[in-house]
Amino acid sequence: MPFDYRRAPDPEGAVAAATGWPGVAFLAGGTNLVDHMKLGLAAPDVLVDISRLPLDTVAELPDGGLRIGATVRNADLAAHPVVRRDYPVLARALLSGASGQIRNLATTGGNLLQRTRCVYFQDLTTPCNKREPGTGCSAIGGYTRHHAILGASAHCVATHPSDMAVAMAALDAQVAVLGPAGRRVVPLVELHRLPGEEPHRDTVLSPSDLITSVDLPPLPPGTRSQYRKVRDRASFAFALVSVAAVLRVEDGVVRDARIALGGVAHKPWRARRAEDVLLGSPADEEVFRRAIDAELAGAAPLEGNGFKVPLTRNLAVSALRELSREER
Amino acid sequence: MTDLLRTRVLGQSPRRVDGPAKVTGTARYAGDQHVVDPAYAHLVQAEAARGVVTGVDVSAARAVDGVLAVLTPDDAPRLASTEDAELAAFQSHDVAFRGQVVAAVIASTREVAREAAALVRVEIDRQPHDAHLGTDRDDLYAPEKVNTGAETDTSRGDVATALAHSPFTLDQTYTTAWYNNNPMEPHTTTALWLDGDLALYESTQGVHTTREAMAKVFGLDPERVHVIAPHVGGGFGSKGTPHVHTVIAAMAARAVPGTPVKLALTRQQMFSLVGYRTPTIQRVRLGCDAAGRLASLEVDAVSQTSRIKEFAEQTAVPARMMYAAPNRRTTHRLAALDVPVPSWMRAPGECPGMFGPEVAMDELANACGIDPVEFRVRNEPDVEPESGKPFSSRNLVACLREGARRFGWEHRDPTPRARVESGWFVGTGVAASTYPVNRTPGSAATIRCTGPRRYLVRIGAADLGTGTWTSLAQVAADALGVDFADVELRIGDTASPKASVAGGSSGITSWGSTVVAAAEAFREEFGDDPAEGDEAGAEMPGNDAGDTYAMHAFGAQFAEVRVHVDTGEVRVPRLLGVFAVGRVVNPRLARSQLVGGMTMGLSMALHEHSVPDERFGHVVNHDFAEYHIATNSDVPHVEAHWVEEHDPHTNPMGTKGIGEIGIVGTAAAIVNAAHHATGVRVRDLPVTLDHFL
Repeated sequence: MPFDYRRAPDPEGAVAAATGWPGVAFLAGGTNLVDHMKLGLAAPDVLVDISRLPLDTVAELPDGGLRIGATVRNADLAAHPVVRRDYPVLARALLSGASGQIRNLATTGGNLLQRTRCVYFQDLTTPCNKREPGTGCSAIGGYTRHHAILGASAHCVATHPSDMAVAMAALDAQVAVLGPAGRRVVPLVELHRLPGEEPHRDTVLSPSDLITSVDLPPLPPGTRSQYRKVRDRASFAFALVSVAAVLRVEDGVVRDARIALGGVAHKPWRARRAEDVLLGSPADEEVFRRAIDAELAGAAPLEGNGFKVPLTRNLAVSALRELSREER
Repeated sequence: MTDLLRTRVLGQSPRRVDGPAKVTGTARYAGDQHVVDPAYAHLVQAEAARGVVTGVDVSAARAVDGVLAVLTPDDAPRLASTEDAELAAFQSHDVAFRGQVVAAVIASTREVAREAAALVRVEIDRQPHDAHLGTDRDDLYAPEKVNTGAETDTSRGDVATALAHSPFTLDQTYTTAWYNNNPMEPHTTTALWLDGDLALYESTQGVHTTREAMAKVFGLDPERVHVIAPHVGGGFGSKGTPHVHTVIAAMAARAVPGTPVKLALTRQQMFSLVGYRTPTIQRVRLGCDAAGRLASLEVDAVSQTSRIKEFAEQTAVPARMMYAAPNRRTTHRLAALDVPVPSWMRAPGECPGMFGPEVAMDELANACGIDPVEFRVRNEPDVEPESGKPFSSRNLVACLREGARRFGWEHRDPTPRARVESGWFVGTGVAASTYPVNRTPGSAATIRCTGPRRYLVRIGAADLGTGTWTSLAQVAADALGVDFADVELRIGDTASPKASVAGGSSGITSWGSTVVAAAEAFREEFGDDPAEGDEAGAEMPGNDAGDTYAMHAFGAQFAEVRVHVDTGEVRVPRLLGVFAVGRVVNPRLARSQLVGGMTMGLSMALHEHSVPDERFGHVVNHDFAEYHIATNSDVPHVEAHWVEEHDPHTNPMGTKGIGEIGIVGTAAAIVNAAHHATGVRVRDLPVTLDHFL
């Protein structure tokens, strides 16, 4: 469909250009949106190009944290020396995603807002509540290998495909949003929604809300982090399951534990129940296993993806084991 | 017996003559051809697997600026022949599979065509469809023949009694998945009509086979159909027979007189319109004595075909010639479903058909406590088991021995799940490969002297990226007794003499024999010092050696597999193949073919899997993000070697064909290695991590 293309001079101008257009989309790297336009999955009336906005820098904050501009490219963020030094979980998550070419284009904000790769969502010829509310979910009873085991609903079992967002969820990232009503901050773990009865809404943002930056709080000294991703081939594939783990162990006792899971839910899944078990407990294999089992007690796998439960357990325990070993 | 060509250029490795054009982006593929002011066509596909088109509303599409014409079943012109139901575009309102083409939009740009195609509204009166393949069906049927004209069922001796008396037996069922060919270059046609002649720039494995099919469909004298395909970006069988888009491109060009039309399929469309490999279900039953000698060998193969056109994958055929066993039986059964039309893909028959039996051989060898290399050697037949013919040459044992030596097999501890390195189970496995020496009659070639020490060799052969531009010129040089640089080869054009399709690894055997015959005719007529303008030609000579001999290539593949202890992730750090493929024309190109085939075999083993959703009747993971093909990271080290083999019976070059054997057996070797690594026996492809959790 024909669409209007506008280039915004600044973030405020971008939001103003988008306000009042229900069919608006912000265009940054275009690695997901342009595909969707070709597939007929997205048909925006107005494209507001934000790729040239001055949101492409990474800055160290006075508190020791990091502010990542919304249009910083995934490749640049992964290579940033501070990210590599202080937030290896994020660098590894970024580098495990997509391909070199795509990482060169894809942006921080766009990565967060990419949509599910559910094959039925991407196929206009099959019913999908996320694409067309009320038509039904084709994945239930169908091909579910990449679908959710946690937090799904009878209306949608899709997963969020980002690796970066999983790492950011574990890092307690804060997302700065500029909307028609002004600025606000949304914790990353609250940015994405669970599907519930409205699976067509991926996030809490409205169409004219613009992500301007993501802040990472500083990590206390002695904190270790890592990202482990399991997929069906060695490169260029979405996660079947991924684990972002941030761990601080002192004298054999877990003092800080933040775990986020990818490939298992409609959003980066922060494993709070596991964290509760870990905090203050000895950093040993039995505790790790008990912690992740507490999280997975709520798992509801579909026919065809039950393997994700043991896979998540094994992967998370393995990640925690390695982090605690590094500690010694 | 044939006098083999004396070799000077054969066996050398001249670089690809088409290489510079390809790496500089100047090689013209079907969609790159310059034509004046082309229009573009885009296809509209049925969204039901079975039914009747009751209405096509094209008003919104026609209203789009730039739309020139729309073809639908309501008003498309009638074709002269609808005998090939796959090619009968718009000739009926019946829908036989989801994805069938039900309309096409022709517009001034590709984008407008695609946009308008999305606006075509197709009403289909849906009927219940059936897309379920399984041995639980009660309507499986025996086709009259299977592919290549082979017998549907065969039987020798008494398998039931032999099995009952065997101390070691195996009875297992193995499955291979649905695979789509997926060459890099999508199927593309540029069509134009000139004074009643049809010209096609086509991505095809055979310009003359396309010509003949199109002449029939449009009721034309074949001489009035011109097909040009100098470069083809891979076919893997899917460009071996024409598919419906070629017909539609020609219909589209006729609908906009004077305007050439370009039609390129999208990747998604390729999953329903250009053939695919049927899934197979293989029940294998083996019985052997304590020394590992097979007494009984049975393979029952089930696969699917479409309701509108039968395709009978010859899955059990390789089991008829591979190993000795006095009692043997093979069967093929088909399920006719409301699914896209299956077709040729990467070693049809042998590739799926060597999966089940080669895993079964590993299982039975383990059961007997015999090394799987030795187990195969003990079952080596003296003659082709079912036909009783001697082999023109058979060097499977040499391949197994040489492969074992190169791979370091002798140090292998056969105990499964015995080796763990850095959190990975490590194992090794072996499987055999085979592929028949196919020859396709009907080719012709001409040779013309175009100046001092200049020879123009013309034949309508194809180069799919395989290296024909180079290797066939090498054959011509030796056949003429001249230097490689003296030969100018012209292929990929129906303006050249007729050539058979590039399929069944038959190219060099068929075209090479023809070029050799043409060179003999030329030298006989004009001697060693021809004048400019001298020209001679020949048709492909007969070769009755096949009446006397069984002719096959063989190979042995060895794999190292690692399976992650925690996650079940599967990696193949090393593949090694040794092949006996007759004389090798060009080692550089041959290695590329064999390594490529083995890489495809790895991809089949670990990744490739078209997922059909029976509720809808189509492959739901129909793009490269979801249909996984091995990436570079998945293929760290692949080695291909060959043993010297002198076969005077196959053809004057002594070649056997190398295009397909590399993919045969790879998946079995990987599955066998995965079992050695983990103790887990996977019998269903692909070998994904969930098998090991």
